[in-house]
Amino acid sequence: MSSAATLTGFARHELRLAWREWLAMMTGGRRRRTRTAVIGLIAFAAIMHLPAWAVIGRFASLQLPVDKSSLIVITATIILAWALMLSQAIESVTRVFYARADLDLIMSSPVKLTNVFSIRIAAIALTVIGMALLFSTPFIDVLLLGGGVRWLSAFGVVIAVGLSAAAFAIAITIVLFRLIGPARTRLVAQVLAAVIGAGFVIALQVAAILSYGTLSRFAVLTSDRFAALTPDADSIVWWPPRAALGDGAVLLLLVSASLLLLGGIMAILSPRFADTAVSASAHAVTSRQGRGFRNFRGGSRQQSLRRKEFLLLRRDPWLMSQTLMQLLYLVPPAVLLWRSFSDSSAAIVLITPVIVMAAGQLAGGLAWLTISGEDAADLVATAPLLPSQVIRAKIEVVLIAIGVIFAPFTAALAFASPLQAAVTAGGVIVATICATAIQFWFRVQAKRSQFRRRQTSSRLATFAEAFSSIGWAATSSLALAIPAAAAISALMTLALIVATWKLSPRRE
Amino acid sequence: MISEHAALIVQGLTKRFDRPAVDALDLTVRAGEFYALVGPNGAGKTTTLRMVAGLLRPDAGAVSIFGIDALRDPVAAKQVMAWVSDEPMIYDKLTPLEYLEFVAGLWGIPPKVSQDSARHLLVSLGLEPHLDERCEGFSKGMRQKVALAGALVHDPRLIILDEPLTGLDAVSARHVKGLLGDRVRAGDTVIMTTHILEVAERMADRIGVIASGRLVAEGTLTELRQQNGHTDTSLEDLFIALVDVEAAAA
Repeated sequence: MSSAATLTGFARHELRLAWREWLAMMTGGRRRRTRTAVIGLIAFAAIMHLPAWAVIGRFASLQLPVDKSSLIVITATIILAWALMLSQAIESVTRVFYARADLDLIMSSPVKLTNVFSIRIAAIALTVIGMALLFSTPFIDVLLLGGGVRWLSAFGVVIAVGLSAAAFAIAITIVLFRLIGPARTRLVAQVLAAVIGAGFVIALQVAAILSYGTLSRFAVLTSDRFAALTPDADSIVWWPPRAALGDGAVLLLLVSASLLLLGGIMAILSPRFADTAVSASAHAVTSRQGRGFRNFRGGSRQQSLRRKEFLLLRRDPWLMSQTLMQLLYLVPPAVLLWRSFSDSSAAIVLITPVIVMAAGQLAGGLAWLTISGEDAADLVATAPLLPSQVIRAKIEVVLIAIGVIFAPFTAALAFASPLQAAVTAGGVIVATICATAIQFWFRVQAKRSQFRRRQTSSRLATFAEAFSSIGWAATSSLALAIPAAAAISALMTLALIVATWKLSPRRE
Repeated sequence: MISEHAALIVQGLTKRFDRPAVDALDLTVRAGEFYALVGPNGAGKTTTLRMVAGLLRPDAGAVSIFGIDALRDPVAAKQVMAWVSDEPMIYDKLTPLEYLEFVAGLWGIPPKVSQDSARHLLVSLGLEPHLDERCEGFSKGMRQKVALAGALVHDPRLIILDEPLTGLDAVSARHVKGLLGDRVRAGDTVIMTTHILEVAERMADRIGVIASGRLVAEGTLTELRQQNGHTDTSLEDLFIALVDVEAAAA
């Protein structure tokens, strides 16, 4: 077989793997669900047109030339999309390095590794672009319907942004490998992915709070002060919005530049990709903790279990990045809280639902890791403890972790408003208990490394967990504003929890 | 007489999945004995031992471990028993030392006792140079040794092992066999499934042959030979003959 044919075959193989991985994520690995997943996806895309219409429908009539304020808002939206794509691309690159499923096969095959890894880089770029197109299509459709075919160029901008995000992700990850070594790169890259994904919006919100006392990020973007700081309308900075608005020449330049960037990265870094992959797969051998023999700690059997769970949670790169992301989302409300001490703004009420929602979401993830993600299930099952004692110790870990993370926020809130602090604390407790209960009812024996796919094992549990957090966040918020409505919201959320319990496979 | 000295008594043990996996099995293992359970793939060896270890609930039957009814009082039975599966289940993010500390804590062993035991095991199994490395980079053989150390750190009286030598190199296998031999000489009981008949032949005091969920033959190698009318045949030939007879009968 010729070299070109081999590479074409490998490209096909990569695309097939990407497709099957995505399909498995959608269907939970069950073939029979493929049709349902496709129908669900079409329905989701159709429904997404409604919020898309509400959010950007009014911008469909925009035409070049536009004012600076519009250019800023469109640029910020594109930067946000780029940040999210970069975050996803960093995750994908890290996964390629650390999941060595087929690396041994590839690296022992008689093909030029540079070419093979170039294809793998291209596959990452395609996956990132594919996901971006999936989520942006309803929004671009709305612009097309309202403003005409010139908005087709927005698809080109999404492709250009995806290409450059993939290029940057690969460069960042390989630079991290060189700077801090493979052992730390996994954690740092995941944390970086989380920070980049959330950082831009959060930075805008913090700026808005500090300047205008509001959580609205548009307050900064549409301000005269910000407009005065930006370059003139013919600057290269405005190429992306101009391309999105239908400037064909600029779009061509933008896509060409992105392709050149990715091509350059592929040419320079593909040879290092192989070395990096080998280092990543071998790094664990030298990952050391502690120094030689030491004395064991005492305590009860449950204490041993709790200690082990805390140790594993602390060493979980996914959890670290997710916790950091949840905490990052709490930064804007925390800044708002700090400002509200002086001017007693009503906006402080917004903090409560954010905290309750974050607690519920984090508790769900923690509960899955501790209850379902037990790597040594046989060991724990053959230990001289009752199953109820094991479960209790694991649930205690979730509650303690949530308490440690959210108690400082609630305590700070108590200085501004004791009532709101009490309501927030109640909301955090209830949301945590409900999320943990859902994970308990839907528990399955799994490896911790399967966390990314936990949603596929039960869509019902995933949705119930999300709606429970949203429900308790809304209830807490309403309890402060309209107590009667809070009662209705609480009843509705409780009904959801009861229905979830009724449908769960392990009612206990 | 036997029951007074029995480490394990299994009576009428039954488990059915799509078909009977274990079919009214009776088995007695004496205290201080090295017992090897051999049989073809799918014969019911692992299912039997998982039920004994409390990992699987039997459909029928009784399990007694040193006189403790394991189905009625599983916690007391588990206190004196250890289980090592063929696929070592350990925590990637823990070091061998942290793993042993956790296991000893689960069994409620005082730290002063367990840390000495852990040190001895890690040295015996050649894991001392790796005791501070996380297990995520370990080979299957090293992981198996960590799992075995975990099973022994709480000093169980009954050690149940499912294919413990799979994936081990010759030196590691010798370490493991030596360690298990030492435990038997110290009065503990070892029950082991294995596909390596030579190991069963050399190490086991008695051998049980299981096929289609039933014990088709049991005894010392000499007894097995006598039962089958051969005086100088190998265990491998005996095993094949016994399994063939069982397959023909089925």
